[in-house]
Amino acid sequence: MTELERRANDMRADIVRMIAEAGSGHPGGSLSCADILAALYFGGVLEHDPRNPQWEGRDRFILAKGHAAPALYAVLAQAGYFPREELATLRKLGSRLQGHPDSNQVPGVEVSTGSLGQGLSVAAGAAAGLKLDGAPQTVFALLGDGECQEGQVWEAAMFAAHRQLDNLVAVVDRNGLQIDGRTCDVCDPGDLGAKFAAFGWDAAEVDGHDLDALVAVLGAAKAGRDGRPHAVIARTVKGKGVPFMENEAGWHGKAPNAEQAAEALAALEGGAGKESIRG
Amino acid sequence: MVKLADGAQAQQKKATRAAYGATLAELASEGVPVVAVDADLTGSTTTKKLADAGFADRLFNCGIAEQNMVDVAAGLAITGHVAFTGSFAVFGTGRAYDQIRNTVCYSNLDVKIAPTHAGISVGPDGGSHQMLEDVSLMRGLPNMRVLVPADYAAARAALRLAAATPGPVYVRMGRASVPCVYADDVELELGRAYVLREGADATIVACGVEVEQALKAAELLAAEGIEAEVIDALSVKPLDEETILASVGKTGCAVVAEEHSVMGGLGSAVAETLARTRPAPAEFVGMRDAFGKSGEFDELMAYFNLDARAIVEAVKKVMARKQV
Repeated sequence: MTELERRANDMRADIVRMIAEAGSGHPGGSLSCADILAALYFGGVLEHDPRNPQWEGRDRFILAKGHAAPALYAVLAQAGYFPREELATLRKLGSRLQGHPDSNQVPGVEVSTGSLGQGLSVAAGAAAGLKLDGAPQTVFALLGDGECQEGQVWEAAMFAAHRQLDNLVAVVDRNGLQIDGRTCDVCDPGDLGAKFAAFGWDAAEVDGHDLDALVAVLGAAKAGRDGRPHAVIARTVKGKGVPFMENEAGWHGKAPNAEQAAEALAALEGGAGKESIRG
Repeated sequence: MVKLADGAQAQQKKATRAAYGATLAELASEGVPVVAVDADLTGSTTTKKLADAGFADRLFNCGIAEQNMVDVAAGLAITGHVAFTGSFAVFGTGRAYDQIRNTVCYSNLDVKIAPTHAGISVGPDGGSHQMLEDVSLMRGLPNMRVLVPADYAAARAALRLAAATPGPVYVRMGRASVPCVYADDVELELGRAYVLREGADATIVACGVEVEQALKAAELLAAEGIEAEVIDALSVKPLDEETILASVGKTGCAVVAEEHSVMGGLGSAVAETLARTRPAPAEFVGMRDAFGKSGEFDELMAYFNLDARAIVEAVKKVMARKQV
């Protein structure tokens, strides 16, 4: 197991622990995007400084699919933005870790999200703002595939292409499921890569659980400055890493009970051996 | 004392919206990192003036996409810019309410929602375009401040105030030309109301285009021997409770006038304050649970009982309810 794989595995274990502790939350879509976040934060893609979250030279990351907050909190805690023990306070009264990310409370969260469809517009505005100031940084947004049913995503796609925001990377967590079932049964988003390409974007597809491939594709998207914004469609499995949650729409927004959490952690730690980087 | 227009200037009429692009250009020239995000209305909202003044790179036209407009402004704000969004008020608030609530206000971003063409004064476009619920929508949002300027100079001052105030601010502007009340270079404060005319018999609290009507009403009432105090409550939120309560303490009654629904706007704000602190009879001049209609500004003001005559009647009614 590589260090990146261990990072992702530990994030998954923390996602399961914190949602079980909270008694509510969104495990499916948090687990599906854990590898994407691990690649961004620990794969050398995202320039950031946990000791100085407001560092001007940082790349920006916006979690458009705000309900995957547990995955974001897990990666930020591992990176050192706040103490890992705080993860146990998720969704509790008085906690900074709200059910959906609150940028006024959590270091490392650029903007509050939770209402779907808005993150790509914010990311496009940030990319435009950086360009206006001649700043070289890149803005990443992570969207859900169900989220792409929101019309505003395509308003933003049109805007970003029109403004030639090649410092913008939209990653779509294409797990194929949403609350009510399969995305293709609810209201089919179709070929998302082709749709972004039709809007004038550079579009790539990648196995969203192949960390080396993710690092390569995200790095290439960040480096590409040919006038086109970049879409990375990451094919993922909802609930990835926890066998009984995988590809089950029912685990979109349901917390595991203590027994289920133990089963999930056993599966994850089985995959990780005893090589936890936290010792 | 706030600086008011002198005789010659008071004869001029200008729309509040005309201050928008001009003031943004002025701020940009002064080095304030302002940007304007528009939705295919750069001529109507006057944000085009920012580009005309040499700041074309600071104007972002999103096309007809108001939801994207507000969140693009949010993105510009998180990269250090003071972002103004403009559209007609009906689209700039109602169409993008969730974006204003969940991204701008919840994140407490430096985004200024500054639509033009609010109220029935849009005129012939009719009820679909006459936004009469926007103050109610914006006032209810945590972190949002609400400014409703009465004239061109107040609009300029309100826009400058919005730029200088960190966090979300709503600045409501209109299409109709209205007389100048304030001196050109007036400076206004957040949370301050301004007594424009003193009187001991009744308090008229107004904002926006109703300030002109309130001043006219006070003239008409004076001819009948009734002295009305006229207050411009430009800062609907935060409201200057002290100035309003001091006046009502003196007069014993209040009329609130606004070119907006009587539900949720300035009238509600004043009523909440009076009910909580100094209950007094109050009457409300505003739109009564109705959509607007096509017509000219002056015709509509009379038709919907929003003009000086309607305020005069409301003052007489509220004075009759005063406890003797």
